[in-house]
Amino acid sequence: MNPHQFDIDTLTHTAKEIRGDILRMLEKAGSGHTAGPLGMADIFTALYFNILNHSPEDPLWEERDRVVLSNGHICPVLYSTLARAGYFDLEELKTLRAFGSRLQGHPNRLDLPGIETSAASLGQGLSISVGMALAARLDDEDHKIYALMSDGELQEGSSWEAANAASKWQLDNLIAIVDRNNIQIDGQTEDIFPIEPVRDKFEAFNWTVLEINGNDMAHILQVIESALEMKGQPVCIIAHTTPGKGVSFMEDKHEWHGIAPNRMELMEGLAELGLEEVAY
Amino acid sequence: MKLAPNLFTNPEMKATRAGFGEGMTALGEADENIVALCADLSGSLKLGDFISKWPDRFFQSGVAEQNMVNMAVGLALSGKIPFATSFGVFMPMRTLDQIRISVCYNNANVKLAASHTGISVGPDGATHQALEDIAVMRVLPKMKVIVPADANETKKATISAAKISGPVYLRFGRQNAPVYTTEDTPFEIGKINRLRDGKDVAIVACGVMVYESLLAAEELSKNGIEASVLNCHTIKPIDAETLIEVAKECGAVVTAEEHQKIGGMGSAVAEVLVESENVPMELIGIEDRFGESGESGELMEKYGLTSANIVKSVRKILKRK
Repeated sequence: MNPHQFDIDTLTHTAKEIRGDILRMLEKAGSGHTAGPLGMADIFTALYFNILNHSPEDPLWEERDRVVLSNGHICPVLYSTLARAGYFDLEELKTLRAFGSRLQGHPNRLDLPGIETSAASLGQGLSISVGMALAARLDDEDHKIYALMSDGELQEGSSWEAANAASKWQLDNLIAIVDRNNIQIDGQTEDIFPIEPVRDKFEAFNWTVLEINGNDMAHILQVIESALEMKGQPVCIIAHTTPGKGVSFMEDKHEWHGIAPNRMELMEGLAELGLEEVAY
Repeated sequence: MKLAPNLFTNPEMKATRAGFGEGMTALGEADENIVALCADLSGSLKLGDFISKWPDRFFQSGVAEQNMVNMAVGLALSGKIPFATSFGVFMPMRTLDQIRISVCYNNANVKLAASHTGISVGPDGATHQALEDIAVMRVLPKMKVIVPADANETKKATISAAKISGPVYLRFGRQNAPVYTTEDTPFEIGKINRLRDGKDVAIVACGVMVYESLLAAEELSKNGIEASVLNCHTIKPIDAETLIEVAKECGAVVTAEEHQKIGGMGSAVAEVLVESENVPMELIGIEDRFGESGESGELMEKYGLTSANIVKSVRKILKRK
């Protein structure tokens, strides 16, 4: 059971707080990725505060659902979500990327509770998730594996090796959520190295494919809940998100993929979100 | 030294990879958390018995090594003890990124077992002769690297690898080779096995070159030169204590391995000795080049991986003492 069970209003409010954390963390750190974390804040909130069976007091509880973040560079959203869910103190968010911090520039499983795998090099998380799903099946355990991926990492051939493996073993305890925000560091995915038709590709690999507006809380909950009921195939949820969501001058701008806001941009962002204009 | 009495007469011939298959069967019986993965080479890796006994615990991963290594990571992070297997040229060589980030940085309890390493792979030629894998694996933090000397030792190494926590790389050969260690021959990860005592020179070897070193020592002995022979099956963590001890005792060290000289076991030995007991060294290995097709014996001869070449190196180093 989810320990929080927030309703939609509380989830929406929490996602906004998480966006504020992300902006403050990145401004304080002076480097990092901004657009992706802001875009994925709603999905992370929905998972940790409503959907996941997990236990912040006992991060390695065997029956927990697993969230494998494959594109580790969006870790500010993971760190903020974990802190707000109770895995560690919110104060620690101020140490993102700093010397001696447990909040490494890209996630390190051995440093921080709640991290299922160290990650950053793209195209690896789905394979790890397949291994976890196989282990769960072998042990006759009911927990689910959520593989959170970027759209850009579908350019890695290894992502498709993993997609093939998941369908070979018909892993219906595996749900991949692809952040289809259309941007990568150098520009728009379809200009850089086209990945469409994503839906057709996953269907051709014998996955069930669902699509959501990844910034619509009600829609996120409804579709993930329906995915949990599906049997016989792995499920891919293509989450159409707006990179930089919530801060107008960052939205849909690939330039914001890999940079952090300065103090002025932070304050503008917080104002737009309706949050207290205070830096870390 | 507890070696087979028929060591130099008519030893049984068996590939090290066969010992791996036996080790996996023993492990499979002992611990249900042991699982195996293979990238379309399960026959070559001698996994047939494991697969027939525990089909649910074998994951045929197809020709997709990168995915296989990371599936092993996912299994390990869920409490399994996975052995991911292939030919050395495909894994670890193709899958370095997966091994670096997901296996080692995660400190995942993944065992990587590679067969068909070294020049003795033979007719398949250069593409299939992994000569760089020791160097590439031993440079990774948290990785342990083991190159067993014969089939019996391979079985022991396989079982021992499962008993320690964290990443291990195991390296095997394709071709039949003398079996001369016995049930009673000691094997401990990280501990050099001293097979012969001599005061004039120490020969440090791994894999099939250990037997060549024993042959070389016999030959040298006929001419009044007494060599110590050390089976350095664990290249990482290397047994620095024993290396320093024999370097002090013998005053000269020859190393021999079926791998590039650059970055291999000889380099690992040199890294230890240069900081402590800086004696003259000669390194025998592949001289910064690719292999080629040919029969195993022909290639070992051409590339100097023979007892005769070890004898030659010993004579050379004795002049530098």
